[in-house]
Amino acid sequence: MKLLTHNMLTSHVKGVINGYPLLIKATEVKVNEVEFNPQFVSRMIPKLEWSALIQAAEGLGHLQDLPGTPIENYENDAEFLRKVHRVLLEVEVIEGSLQCPESGREFPISKGVPNMLLNEDES
Amino acid sequence: MSSSCRRPEHKAPPEVFYNEEEAKKYSQNSRIIEIQTQMSERAVELLNLPEDKPCYLLDVGCGSGLSGDYLSEEGHYWVGLDISTAMLDVAMDREVEGDLVLGDMGQGVPFRSGTFDGCISISALQWLCNADKKSHIPPKRLYTFFSSLYSSLQRGARAVFQIYPEDSKQLELITSQAMKAGFTGGMVVDYPNSTKAKKFFLCLFAGESGVLPKGLGSETSSRNVPNQVQFTGQRSRFKNMKGKSVKKSKDWIMEKKERRRRQGKYVSMFICLV
Repeated sequence: MKLLTHNMLTSHVKGVINGYPLLIKATEVKVNEVEFNPQFVSRMIPKLEWSALIQAAEGLGHLQDLPGTPIENYENDAEFLRKVHRVLLEVEVIEGSLQCPESGREFPISKGVPNMLLNEDES
Repeated sequence: MSSSCRRPEHKAPPEVFYNEEEAKKYSQNSRIIEIQTQMSERAVELLNLPEDKPCYLLDVGCGSGLSGDYLSEEGHYWVGLDISTAMLDVAMDREVEGDLVLGDMGQGVPFRSGTFDGCISISALQWLCNADKKSHIPPKRLYTFFSSLYSSLQRGARAVFQIYPEDSKQLELITSQAMKAGFTGGMVVDYPNSTKAKKFFLCLFAGESGVLPKGLGSETSSRNVPNQVQFTGQRSRFKNMKGKSVKKSKDWIMEKKERRRRQGKYVSMFICLV
């Protein structure tokens, strides 16, 4: 599970009002090399919940020097975009779980795939 | 050939049907691969994404990642959702570039609002029309799926579903729930005259009405077989599977008036609402 996906994932359990952001509990993390596309990163930045991204990256020990808010004029700052690219697309949670901030319910992550299947009483 | 062979969704739930043996076909059978890839190409075409812009897309029922591979080829980034661990394992072996999520689309897509620039789904939606468990209520599952999908899409985004509809009743079920969830759009039918080549694509618009694309093979189709069925607003006006309007429906009346106009007969402009 990449951090870009994590930034968009939310609990969809019936009755849960605030199922975002899911807390990452990782036991295995991998860093891959992914081709850098500055246009894509730039387009995604306005869609991100930046604080959730920082929190997630920090929790995995991969925050490095990513700032607390996106810098001004980020579209033209390749260095900044590269940092965002790394955190969004290159850091991957392989094993662990995602915990709902409201209910505490955990969604396991196995082989990089989060299991979002709900029980019968949850949907 | 028994009907269940042609309709796998009558045999077993998807997470059971798509076991390791079935999943293997999707990485080895060249015919399956070719067909799935072609349908993915057409679905992306119907998505009408902005040119030369890398987009963030959802692939519902992504399976082994055949459609996702095509998305990656086009320079897009994607998240795949599927209910079968065997199929997702194949996708991982094939090292697809998209991120994979194990989930049941009938339980809703677990993404926050405005996440995706578009959504495609190849041969998956019909699985929602059957109750695989005692607790399943197909219309409710369809609505849960469509409403969560609607919110996960950006305003103006599209969702394109390649489906194998069983009959017009099933089509009606699907489209009524999609409209209830807020979507507009309609069915695009490619090669309506060829039983072999005929393909159905449900084209949905989220938040903004669009112009429904034309189906392929329309140049050679006869006037009576439409390759588009547009639906807007609250009522779905459906043509039956042969392509003729249901008798006495508004469409039937309009078509009759048009026929008579062409024949030079005087037609009053009064329209009966059926």
